[in-house]
Amino acid sequence: MENQFFVDSEYLSPEALAKKHRLETDPSSRKNHMEYLPGMEKIHSDVCRSVMEHMNAYDCTRYTAKDVQTALEHTVCSIEDFKALLSPAAEPFLEEMARRARLETSRHFGNTVYLFTPLYIANYCENYCVYCGFNCYNHIHRMKLTMEQIEHEMQVIADSGMEEILILTGESRTQSSVRYIGEACRLARKYFRMVGLEIYPVNTDEYRYLHTCGADYVTVFQETYDTDRYEALHLLGHKRVWPYRFDAQERALMGGMRGVAFSALLGLSDFRKDALATALHVYYLQRKYPQAEMSLSCPRLRPIINNDKINPRDVGEKQLCQIICAYRIFLPFAGITVSSRESARFRDGIVKIAATKVSAGVSTGIGDHESKYTGKQADGAQGDEQFEINDSRSFGEMYADMADKGLQPVLNDYLYV
Amino acid sequence: MPNNDNLIIGSYSFKSRFILGSGKYSLKLIEAAVRDAGAEIITLAVRRANTRQQENILDYIPEGVTLLPNTSGARTAGEAVRIARMARELGCGNFVKIEIMRDSKYLLPDNQETIRATETLAGEGFVVMPYMYPDLNVARDLANAGAAAVMPLASPIGSSKGLATRDFIQILIDEIDLPIIVDAGIGRPSQACEAMEMGAAAVMANTALATAGDLQMMASAFRQAVEAGRKAYLAGLGRVLVRGASASDPLTGFLHD
Repeated sequence: MENQFFVDSEYLSPEALAKKHRLETDPSSRKNHMEYLPGMEKIHSDVCRSVMEHMNAYDCTRYTAKDVQTALEHTVCSIEDFKALLSPAAEPFLEEMARRARLETSRHFGNTVYLFTPLYIANYCENYCVYCGFNCYNHIHRMKLTMEQIEHEMQVIADSGMEEILILTGESRTQSSVRYIGEACRLARKYFRMVGLEIYPVNTDEYRYLHTCGADYVTVFQETYDTDRYEALHLLGHKRVWPYRFDAQERALMGGMRGVAFSALLGLSDFRKDALATALHVYYLQRKYPQAEMSLSCPRLRPIINNDKINPRDVGEKQLCQIICAYRIFLPFAGITVSSRESARFRDGIVKIAATKVSAGVSTGIGDHESKYTGKQADGAQGDEQFEINDSRSFGEMYADMADKGLQPVLNDYLYV
Repeated sequence: MPNNDNLIIGSYSFKSRFILGSGKYSLKLIEAAVRDAGAEIITLAVRRANTRQQENILDYIPEGVTLLPNTSGARTAGEAVRIARMARELGCGNFVKIEIMRDSKYLLPDNQETIRATETLAGEGFVVMPYMYPDLNVARDLANAGAAAVMPLASPIGSSKGLATRDFIQILIDEIDLPIIVDAGIGRPSQACEAMEMGAAAVMANTALATAGDLQMMASAFRQAVEAGRKAYLAGLGRVLVRGASASDPLTGFLHD
């Protein structure tokens, strides 16, 4: 399957190409992915052990229709019930699951749906994650916005009506330093009510600094909880260190963030195990930090620049729907975000069942909001996109579509205190 | 209903004993609550009012309706105090409902932090209405801290399970000289009615209306239920047998033989 991901660029030097090939073919040329690098903070936590014990022991073929029915009859969904709901045995019960999920969503969130937009401020990356458009061997236009450019992008987005923003960077500490991101957060506080971050994992004191700059939510995608698979997909860079990434949300909460978001990128490994681990990651951290707000994303693999063959393999829309319903039934209090990687049709359907947050007016490129929002040619250069989106609805279109469906679009339900 | 049977909170007086909660908000809900449920007090989450949205709730509060801003989102007394002050600056008046949750799963109130916030805000001239878990000692502390009413939860918020804490709320009604307003968990008019029969000063509901099939009809059902319960309380409930029928021959008749 790796061949589906590997693409050689003619722009790479022979030395770089040789190193790339060595990383791809010779596991001994890669660093130990379970070993911390200098400067990475190690915290004492048993969350990882609890999650991994369940995931490693999970055999989804063991569950029967009866287990699924029993799970649906229970008022409170136990971990065992959740495992049944994630299993292939639950597929024939998708409609029942959706009905139960809708009930839980309505009980906890009413008919509200939150809107937000991501803002990529840089796409430099020091990692070689073979499925990602930003990976360091992929030949794309790299860019890092200046503070003036960031402010301009924010103005354009804020003018569209959006009040919540998620700031993203590629994972490069040298190009996008913590201070650079912090300054971007300070700017964002001027234009938006709520500022979230999706950046490389950092230490507790750095999360604390970013929190004082105005960020209050941290999203980290674990990509896959299957450590062997993770090793084979993340060949180079800081991101390769799996356990440091796993503890990122906990460090963020220790640093004072209000909420954290979790996700596996479905399609990288056994999606049922990854979904189980993601939800248990939320479950155990919530027990440890009951005041924290928790949310889940459910992204599937998407094509990238220079590789249109990347796809979510066995995770079809039906499977994705099953996972999201199971998430909702197991974690009724958690927010669920469905990204613009999915089609408008799928997103319109899933917000009526379980999703509570959707992005709109999305660009995964750098510095191109004005041209995308207004059609006006941008003055400066633009950076390439991380992946292809599917649902390209603008903020206005999304707002109207959600309201048409009887949902109540909410732009902000948050105070920075 | 006697004409002078008003709900008194601090130095304010209200005819209606139904208060709209803030969990699931929409403009239609506010309309129905005011017109059909007769609500004169509407709770508003300050964090939701903190928006530029064209449909800012603050612009849609009908005249004559008292806003009850709440501090939802606060995790400590300090945060609740800051949010209350923000509400005052936003023009929400002097009322504040204290909600402090250190639990994002069940949204259960933190009684200790709530007492601290009540003390501070009452000292700053707010009309403080604390949301709490029904505990008599805490209710007394809240009263001593200057609360204008006490708002015990009936059951977990949004659960529609009704008066799961019935006996403890009854103790508050019997022992605390402040209006006891039953908040959270009231899922149907019959439950609201029961709380009023017990002697609650008012009830608050939101989810029950927001998720009803016919919002307006449900709002009007709540109005009737609250009024019926209040009347029953004022009338003095007749004999209610706990179990079995009463013997027609007195059990102590033998004493007279």
